[in-house]
Amino acid sequence: MGLRRVLDDIEPHFKKGGKYESFYALYEAVDTIFYSPSKVTVAEPHVRDGIDLKRVMITVWLAAFFPMFYGMYNLGFQANSAIAAMGLEGSGDWHQAIIALFAGHDPASLWDNMVYGAAFYVPIYAVVFIVGGFWEVLFAIRRGHEINEGFFVTSILFTLIVPPDIPLWQAALGISFGIVVGKEVFGGTGKNFLNPALTGRAFLYFAYAPNMSGDTVWTAVDGFSGATALSQIASDGLPALAASNGLELTWMNAFLGQMQGSIGETSTVAILLGAALLLITRIAAWRIMLGVFLGMCAMSTLFNLIGSDTNPAFATPWYWHFVLGGFAFGMVYMATDPVSASMTNTGKWIFGALIGVMTVLIRVVNPAYPEGIMLAILFANLFAPLIDYFVVKANVARRRARGVL
Amino acid sequence: MASPKKVLLTPLVENNPIALQILGVCSALAVTTQLSVTLVMCVALTSVTAFSNFFISIIRHHMPSSIRIIVQMTIIASLVITVDQLLQAFAYEVSKSLSVFVGLIITNCIVMGRAEAFAMKNPPGISFIDGIGNGLGYSLVLITVATIRELFGSGSILGFQILPLIENGGWYQGNGLMLLSPSAFFIIGFFIWLLRSRRTEQVESNEYKLAPHTTAEEAF
Repeated sequence: MGLRRVLDDIEPHFKKGGKYESFYALYEAVDTIFYSPSKVTVAEPHVRDGIDLKRVMITVWLAAFFPMFYGMYNLGFQANSAIAAMGLEGSGDWHQAIIALFAGHDPASLWDNMVYGAAFYVPIYAVVFIVGGFWEVLFAIRRGHEINEGFFVTSILFTLIVPPDIPLWQAALGISFGIVVGKEVFGGTGKNFLNPALTGRAFLYFAYAPNMSGDTVWTAVDGFSGATALSQIASDGLPALAASNGLELTWMNAFLGQMQGSIGETSTVAILLGAALLLITRIAAWRIMLGVFLGMCAMSTLFNLIGSDTNPAFATPWYWHFVLGGFAFGMVYMATDPVSASMTNTGKWIFGALIGVMTVLIRVVNPAYPEGIMLAILFANLFAPLIDYFVVKANVARRRARGVL
Repeated sequence: MASPKKVLLTPLVENNPIALQILGVCSALAVTTQLSVTLVMCVALTSVTAFSNFFISIIRHHMPSSIRIIVQMTIIASLVITVDQLLQAFAYEVSKSLSVFVGLIITNCIVMGRAEAFAMKNPPGISFIDGIGNGLGYSLVLITVATIRELFGSGSILGFQILPLIENGGWYQGNGLMLLSPSAFFIIGFFIWLLRSRRTEQVESNEYKLAPHTTAEEAF
């Protein structure tokens, strides 16, 4: 118990009146990383089980590991395939020095792919974690609240929705914007009305469009260019789908995630595994997930029925919308953010359906944006309080009519 | 009565029309992509505010209260048309890039606001100074916003390249968001944040207050 004694010894310095009083938030963070705090929610309105904010956040963090590890593998696989197909030496930038130390460029080798992916992903995550953590700690110290684990979730989710080729300074800028403008200016975790990770991504999307969209950023090889499945659909329709290595992209490949895209979004299977964990532990709201899914199905079926001679994207069926782009990732990890989503049960259905409908609408109808889930979720975030308001009002009216109130 | 100096300088920081009264934000979003255009807009708005204050103040005792808004609008509209014609005659390029926003000075809340709040109650001289002061307060915010937007959006200030862009062989990558109007919202927001953390008397009182966190001990 040496560490416990050290922490207890230095604790008075961080309490009110101590010399490091303003750094209490840091002390508290270190303390709760090593030891479970004795303060837990005990009063009646809160008790459901032993779960607290910390455990909720850590579970989401763990659930994000499925797409993360698959994303690293796939990043390497896509890049190594492209390198093999183009006859290149390596990634063509500073990452190559690290990769060359440990591995070669054989797309069939799991090790080579993982090393390649890690060489790209780990620096992004490190930068995002350090920069985002800096803001989190700064605000915690200035505002006198505790550093909470919500940041673990924001940081990992943010790294999973950026393109593999993203410059590190942009990652730093994006997470800074997401944390500060998306969350802290409104008072920190629990008081933000937008999803911070998506806010950061939206900032990058509009600020540095060449690095966040187009044909060159989705595979981490310098000089590689290949349209994503969604932009191919937007321009030529479903039959034009071809994988980056020239093979046809089958539905099963897309479902498993063997295609280029943002780091964590490609594999619907890995994301569904994460979803299963979140649903079994009852952390994510199944109503929202199902709402998003049904909204997407309804809207894409509607477009299929309407049909269009000029816009080939109209013909995309729901099961393709489901596996392409960031739809699954957004549905499972982003839409279910408990702070920025609707709170009421009916509201969750409406909120989810709004996201699903908007996603397909943006993907199909707006030629400028082949992907729509990010904007759809941010849009629905804005409406979440309004949806809740009307749901509550409707409930009050219903009960009043029944004569209960 | 307040001293002319005070009337002139108060709207800069202590009672800024954009940052504290949150008036005239629309044009702050629309005309701040390029600093040169912004400067022209600032001069136009400042002169319109000053002269409308002056003329309205001259006739303030002769205006029937029931139709005063119409009379004020007539004066402001004539001034705006004059400014617009002058710009078209002597600075046609700028006038084109300002497009409708010169005409929209008529609807700028600062002009009406100062006419109603100040010129109707004060003599012409001091009203004129008040118009200048509020115009300068508006200009201060707009110039700040425009400088930031042009510098980080296109890497230049007043058209001179400060940060060489990658497209021209430099190292700076232009921030596309800065060229879109919503960025002005963020910059004005940050500006207000900075201002109010310096001058805490400008902070508005909370509409509601969050209860402090209940700790486990208190819950029993």
